[in-house]
Amino acid sequence: MDINIEIALELIEKAKKRGATEGDILIIEGELSTVQVRLSSIDKITDSNFKSLGLRLFFDKKSAITSTSDLTPESLDRLIEDTCSIAKLTAKDDYAGLPLLQYGMRIKKLDLYDDYVHHLSVEEMIEIAKEAEAAAFSYDDRITNSDSGNFSKRYTHVIYANTNGFCGDYKTSTFSLSVTPIATMNGQMQRDHWYSTKRKFVRLDKPADVGEQAAMRTVGRLGARKVHTQQAPVVFDPETASSLLSNLCMALSGYSIYKGASFLLGMLNKQIASPDVTIHDDGTIPWGIGSKPFDAEGIAARKTTMVEKGVLTSYLLDSYSARKLNLTSTGNASRSPSEPPVVAPTNFYLYPGNYSPSDIIKSVDSGLYVTELIGFGFNPVTGDYSRGAVGTWIENGELTYPVEEITIAGNIKEMLMQIEMVGNDLDFRQKICAPTIKVGRLTIAGH
Amino acid sequence: MSKDLTTPETFLTRKFGIDSHSIEKAMSNFLSGKTDYADLYFEYVISEALGLEEGLVKSASKNIAQGVGVRAIAGDKTGYAYSDEISLDQIQLAAKTASFIAAESGNSVLVPLKGVASPRLNLYPVETYPAGIPVEAKVRLLDKIDKMARDYDPRIKNVMASFTSEYKLILIVTSEGLVIGDIQPLCRLNITCIAEENGKRQAGSYGGGGRIGFSYFFEENRYILYTRKAARQAITNLEAVDTPAGTMDVVLGPGWPGILLHEAIGHGLEADFNRKRSSAFTDMIGKKVASELCTVVDDGTILQRRGSINIDDEGTETQRTILIEKGVLKGYLQDRLNAKLMNMPLTGNGRRESYAHPPLPRMTNTFLLPGEAAPMDIIRSVQKGLYAVAFGGGQVDITNGKFVFTASEAYLIEDGKVTVPVRGATLVGNGPDILKRVSMVGNDMELDAGVGTCGKDGQSVPVGVGMPTIKIDGITVGGTR
Repeated sequence: MDINIEIALELIEKAKKRGATEGDILIIEGELSTVQVRLSSIDKITDSNFKSLGLRLFFDKKSAITSTSDLTPESLDRLIEDTCSIAKLTAKDDYAGLPLLQYGMRIKKLDLYDDYVHHLSVEEMIEIAKEAEAAAFSYDDRITNSDSGNFSKRYTHVIYANTNGFCGDYKTSTFSLSVTPIATMNGQMQRDHWYSTKRKFVRLDKPADVGEQAAMRTVGRLGARKVHTQQAPVVFDPETASSLLSNLCMALSGYSIYKGASFLLGMLNKQIASPDVTIHDDGTIPWGIGSKPFDAEGIAARKTTMVEKGVLTSYLLDSYSARKLNLTSTGNASRSPSEPPVVAPTNFYLYPGNYSPSDIIKSVDSGLYVTELIGFGFNPVTGDYSRGAVGTWIENGELTYPVEEITIAGNIKEMLMQIEMVGNDLDFRQKICAPTIKVGRLTIAGH
Repeated sequence: MSKDLTTPETFLTRKFGIDSHSIEKAMSNFLSGKTDYADLYFEYVISEALGLEEGLVKSASKNIAQGVGVRAIAGDKTGYAYSDEISLDQIQLAAKTASFIAAESGNSVLVPLKGVASPRLNLYPVETYPAGIPVEAKVRLLDKIDKMARDYDPRIKNVMASFTSEYKLILIVTSEGLVIGDIQPLCRLNITCIAEENGKRQAGSYGGGGRIGFSYFFEENRYILYTRKAARQAITNLEAVDTPAGTMDVVLGPGWPGILLHEAIGHGLEADFNRKRSSAFTDMIGKKVASELCTVVDDGTILQRRGSINIDDEGTETQRTILIEKGVLKGYLQDRLNAKLMNMPLTGNGRRESYAHPPLPRMTNTFLLPGEAAPMDIIRSVQKGLYAVAFGGGQVDITNGKFVFTASEAYLIEDGKVTVPVRGATLVGNGPDILKRVSMVGNDMELDAGVGTCGKDGQSVPVGVGMPTIKIDGITVGGTR
């Protein structure tokens, strides 16, 4: 049962009566079901309803946030009470407040909700997960075990209202299938995974394809070894290239910039990457995993060019970080009901280039094709980058043997400048995505 | 805080009007399918957060979360459902969903519930929960920290400090008749400093906490210590040079570097991975996986620690579990499901992030016992290598055993002396192999200050780690030169 938007409007009125100069309400409710199968049998099934209401109030530039999952009138009255009393104890922050209401702002209706999310049965979810897992087993005899096959569906309803007169809501659905097989050879065990996540059920990759891809990636890791410490070109597959873009997002956040915690401070309108690099953030892509009609402050979704031909053209901003930097919000406010806004990308992607992935691999005499990165070795303040890597060694333009237990390291400032080739294989598989890319030279540490 | 919410016993009846008789009834309906075991997990959490930056306490938040998780187990199958509405109707509904895994129906068994038990342990004797401390006092603390950090060195240009506290009340009801509750406080103080000089910027962080009262941060001048450590790290890192790349001897300082054990050993010994035979440690009990100098334990019973709990989230008392004894692998970390299926004893490691998550085998406080070497002798024994004292996060692939962890403060060792600071770098190794390379273990065992959070299957739980100074002969360091 959906929560009525009136709850939000009523709370806003009550808060105003209590003297709040500004305020907003964010309600997120929904349903989540997951199934996990293993070796063709059910392992775990979960099912839930969730809801949470966050109230943020400003009293002359002092603010506080409270949240609860208890939406009874008594609980909400106490919430207002708490918010009022906590807010008075915080410091006055001249930049605090809501964005001005943008008159004439057009909220685009985006296709983000497939009502099949309410009709897809647990039995069907189990069958899909089983089919995908089975496909992994039949792909190769060396697939001997399985961590799991997973299917999940999520329905989310977001309601947002503020004292500037904004009031809106939207619904989204997400369907996700993943498989994690385990392969064995000569006593060595390897696992990898593959997945498909879509807002519309029929757009999901076929279960057999997900299973086979997972198996292929897993078997490809068998016999992995270390390489010698050296400097060499590194080709990032779309998954790892996306993770590099996630690192970049941290440094592009308006909050990191005004706090002086980003290597991109002062780089606006300057060359930060090779001319082959163009990056967009686009919240308006129909059925996009990162799309939303408006952000967590009610600002309409838009498309922003972040980097154009290597030149930094925008930071990721909400209204607060924009005011701090004397810029305007890019509509990237994001928050959970219990926390103040932060900025987050919508659909953030590296614009595809002209090279096929095989062209890129062929261009490398001796280097690394990286398919998985682990650890948290990125420092957004300095750009220093050092992560555990898994992949395949490239010799004379050909993929040869798998490698592991190595690191790749450099500084992201130089890495961005050294993006020599950008692939044509962009696929919107997640919020942040990129095609295959080649970075000219990184330090690979091994034995 | 209202009196009704101060004990798990009164929590349900007073707040939600649910008594043990109605739970008994709900439970027996629930068990009418062929389930082997079922439990209810009630939770009520008040969490508060205060954040300072640019010299202002700009953000304050308070969150109240409540809910009930309902679990049914049949063989190796788990059904789980939860609701943020704590009512009998919701419990019945959730129970029906959770019982989906028990396809056949059996006989309904009425489970007589025992009285509410209290945990035997009392690991967090807190006089006043931080939620009961006036917000003004916490604001004053953050203001002091800001001033102190800026006074430490003029190159400190910005300070971010936060104080978070949580008051969690849980009640667990099992199909075996057990009813047990706990109140778990948790707080954490964190400081990040940004230093700047000649256009170069660096960050330094430190923090601590545990299942403690607010006064903890003032005892032994802890907040002053935390602030200085964060500021010093930022300033030190301004001087950092490129880290060498390749395999070298590494000395890890005491305390938080124990994250090595958490990643390299701990996760691989969680029972679920071993039951599913997906861990690099599968079938290795009784085998040598470390040098004789290494004894590793997981201990959920240490007073006030962040990773400690009186009972785990399935109602099992926590304990000290030996994972590795003098280099030999001894045991796994168990939850109910896996202990039963593996026919092994419970270890009190069934933990969950919240009512919205089914329990999993998780670590509590994981650490290496002290050895005999003096820390200075350990450093002196290294010709050319790395001395790492602070780390960011780590990650492990439990199947092939490969793990990483990333240094946030490290120095070169040259001719037995600690010389210049180096830029943060990731260290990579192989879990079943790395502790075999431990050639010296210090006498300076320390637990971390209380900031660890461990992620698994999308669930975060607070944990602790610890270690004395150790020397590892040859580990790959992900530097740039």
